[in-house]
Amino acid sequence: MEFFIQSWHWAFSGVMIVFVMMLLLLAGKRFGVSSSFQAACAMGGAGKLASYFKYDWKSQSWLFLFVAGSIIGGFIANNFMQSSEVIDLSDAFLKDLSVLGLDQPVVGHINPKELFNFDMLLTTKGIILFVLGGFLIGFGTRYAGGCTSGHAISGLSNLQLPSLVAVIGFFIGGLLMTHFIMPLIF
Amino acid sequence: MKNISFILIGILFGITMTKSEAISWYRIQEMFRFQSIHMYGIIGVAVILGALLFYIIKKYQIKTFGGAIIQIKDKPKNYKAALLGGSIFGLGWSMTGACPGPLYVLVGNGYWVILIVILSALMGTLCYGLLRNKLPH
Repeated sequence: MEFFIQSWHWAFSGVMIVFVMMLLLLAGKRFGVSSSFQAACAMGGAGKLASYFKYDWKSQSWLFLFVAGSIIGGFIANNFMQSSEVIDLSDAFLKDLSVLGLDQPVVGHINPKELFNFDMLLTTKGIILFVLGGFLIGFGTRYAGGCTSGHAISGLSNLQLPSLVAVIGFFIGGLLMTHFIMPLIF
Repeated sequence: MKNISFILIGILFGITMTKSEAISWYRIQEMFRFQSIHMYGIIGVAVILGALLFYIIKKYQIKTFGGAIIQIKDKPKNYKAALLGGSIFGLGWSMTGACPGPLYVLVGNGYWVILIVILSALMGTLCYGLLRNKLPH
């Protein structure tokens, strides 16, 4: 049991992700979470505004169940499988955290608590990170036709060239933000 | 019964995303700074093992639980969209430290502010849908 409670090794994590993908394939579905954004917009009536949302979103209702499950899974892991150790980050990154003006990580927090709270939404930094950041995720993943699950994991595994191009894009954007834009925000 | 199975697979996914720390803003920053093998290890193992899975599914024409042969569609060859959309997503991935799957899992972990990120993501998708015909694909 201890093995499951402590943070998982990356190799075991990779195996578990493929196990999830396998279960979805055996259930006749594809592993891709960002489709849920399109389906949610369609469910909300966006089909009246753009043809992109005029499709049988009900065929994606399984995805809403999967999403609901993933929220429950997060709750279970957070409440009943909490590691007693602090997240094991590299020394180089811990130094960079101070440069960014952030606290060192503490036990029970997988994310910086000084960033992930509603007070941040009252700051320019918080609005940029969460509102603009979220917008770019929703716009970019649907434009690219997939996110980390659909392109990086499913797509690359299935040797899809468009997925490789998308993953290269993920890193162009991510590296640009991390190394050039984020220092201006923090 | 079928409905419950998707919820159960989702629960497994949520636990995996949390315990693997793939939902951690710290881990995503570390990845984009090339300071740890952690995220590369997760994705690398998943892709190699996933490739084996797809190979076996195709070669042996594995069937779904429902008895139909698993159909695997190719991704549309929209290279411009993949590169441009991918880069736009990459900016947001680094900012929030989360991709779509982890966004939902983070809510379950009690990070309520992420609801704002999800709402913003839905607005982003809505805007993409509206502008789709004007964008290069």
